[in-house]
Amino acid sequence: MTTAVVPGRRRAPRVTHKRAIAVFVAPFATLFTLFYLVPIGYAVYQSTLVVEREGTFGPPTQVFGGLAQYAQVMQSSAFWDSVLRVLLFGIVQVPVMLGLALLFALLLDSPLVRGRRFFRLAFFVPYAVPGVIAAIMWGFLYSPNLSPFRPVTQSVDLLSADLVLWAIANVVTWVFVGYNMLIIYSSLLAIPAEVYEAARLDGASQVRIAWSIKIPLVMPAIILTAIFSIIGTLQLLAEPQVFRTFSSAVTSTFTPNLLVYSTASVPNVPLAAAFSVVLALATFVLSFTFLKVTQRKAFQ
Amino acid sequence: MTIMVVFTVYFLIPIWWLLVAATKERGDLTTTNALWFSDLNLVENLAATTGYGGGVLPRWLLNSVLYAGGGALLGTLLAGMCGYALAKYRFPGRELVFNVVLGGVLVPATALALPLFLLFSQVNATNTFWSVFLPSIVSPFGVYLTRIFAASAVPEELLEAARLDGSGEVRTFFTVAVRLMFPALVTVFLFQFVAIWNNFFLPLIMLRDERLFPVTLGLYTWNTQVNQVPELRLYVLTGALLSIVPLIVVFLLLQRFWRGGLGTGALK
Repeated sequence: MTTAVVPGRRRAPRVTHKRAIAVFVAPFATLFTLFYLVPIGYAVYQSTLVVEREGTFGPPTQVFGGLAQYAQVMQSSAFWDSVLRVLLFGIVQVPVMLGLALLFALLLDSPLVRGRRFFRLAFFVPYAVPGVIAAIMWGFLYSPNLSPFRPVTQSVDLLSADLVLWAIANVVTWVFVGYNMLIIYSSLLAIPAEVYEAARLDGASQVRIAWSIKIPLVMPAIILTAIFSIIGTLQLLAEPQVFRTFSSAVTSTFTPNLLVYSTASVPNVPLAAAFSVVLALATFVLSFTFLKVTQRKAFQ
Repeated sequence: MTIMVVFTVYFLIPIWWLLVAATKERGDLTTTNALWFSDLNLVENLAATTGYGGGVLPRWLLNSVLYAGGGALLGTLLAGMCGYALAKYRFPGRELVFNVVLGGVLVPATALALPLFLLFSQVNATNTFWSVFLPSIVSPFGVYLTRIFAASAVPEELLEAARLDGSGEVRTFFTVAVRLMFPALVTVFLFQFVAIWNNFFLPLIMLRDERLFPVTLGLYTWNTQVNQVPELRLYVLTGALLSIVPLIVVFLLLQRFWRGGLGTGALK
């Protein structure tokens, strides 16, 4: 990992270039504070409120309610169902997607494949399709009437309650494999050729080189893609929201973020804020734990 | 090699299908081979799609270009300045700033959408261009990436030399450092552009006026009306094709940059 220690200057006795530093840092810091820190604080604040009414028809007022909303979150079966659903989704989809991405990156980097430029571009193109648009496209592709694969879609209902989660998983995989492949591939390209020399002289096969040398060396890149994938999975929103128009099996509480959205539109803002806070914390804890467990410095 | 060919089909068939579907007459969508052209109707479809609803689709595309292009440009500049300062100057609180920003990388953007909506409604600024534009400028990941890149790509001696020549710090950044940091800046720009172009939750929550919609939200609303207005199905498909063309163009134009730069964050 990088350290920003400036060579040749041991200890700066005082801060020089104060004005320049302010000019460089202040704009970002201001916006970051306004649109990251303040909203987080505000969400936490909102989540401590409860709505009270005078009588049945009185105007609603918001008063401090301590952790009342969090007690509700803990008891909300809709919330935990949605969390379990995205966890199940992630446990299957993330390894499949990253496995494919790694396989393609290794193949591109090996002498086995010709036409690298073409494949790299072909696999990356779906990343140019926004999640919403990809979901709309696949929604049509899954439909029994419009699909080019009608023999399949008419015999198996891909939009049924049993399968729709995996139908969505396919959309996400389709969009992101190429992107993750590129991240891993550019990290493979950065490995100097001499690293392989000894192995090649010893007569190691391509598979052996990939397994024992390449994969360990690109581990930081794989971990980085895994973290972004975990965050993305917990945040699933656009794809299932689109699929609601194709399949009645996708409810308004299908994923945690859909639940946040539907709760906020009730409107029950304090509860929606509490959902948001718990979800953000869970995401943070999960990706941070993952980072610690893998014990590599992909981030610093 | 076989694997690569099979998956090329998997990745490209949906796009091929979309291209073919956008050239068809509405009746042919269900009756003809979905993977091959029937009578070419692309021009009529484009005209009908862009004209529907008083020509709202071109407006959505323009909005997306403004949100994503403007936001990514400004966001990259701000992130680049901040990352550069964190890499090249020593000042109290530097590590704190960096760690807070790094925490920001792990905060899911969608978790911010609801509180942002509440804050903007406090100042009566929801349902405005700025309510979507301003929050999307902030890129913690950009600061992380540019800091790492600047630390190794911008040599201290060069900055000292510029100082001796009497160049101010800010001018040195724009004339010397920006050039050296260019690969990282392009990467940040691309990430940011794609992230904003794909953004859905924030505009969904923030905007009511359909003239402010980005193209993703616009096509989503059309798609929800397909059952009531059957001709919209074809317009959604044609619109989807139109909406991915700009991104593919950006990718192709900046290809030589993202090819090298994309892994920068993971490499160091």
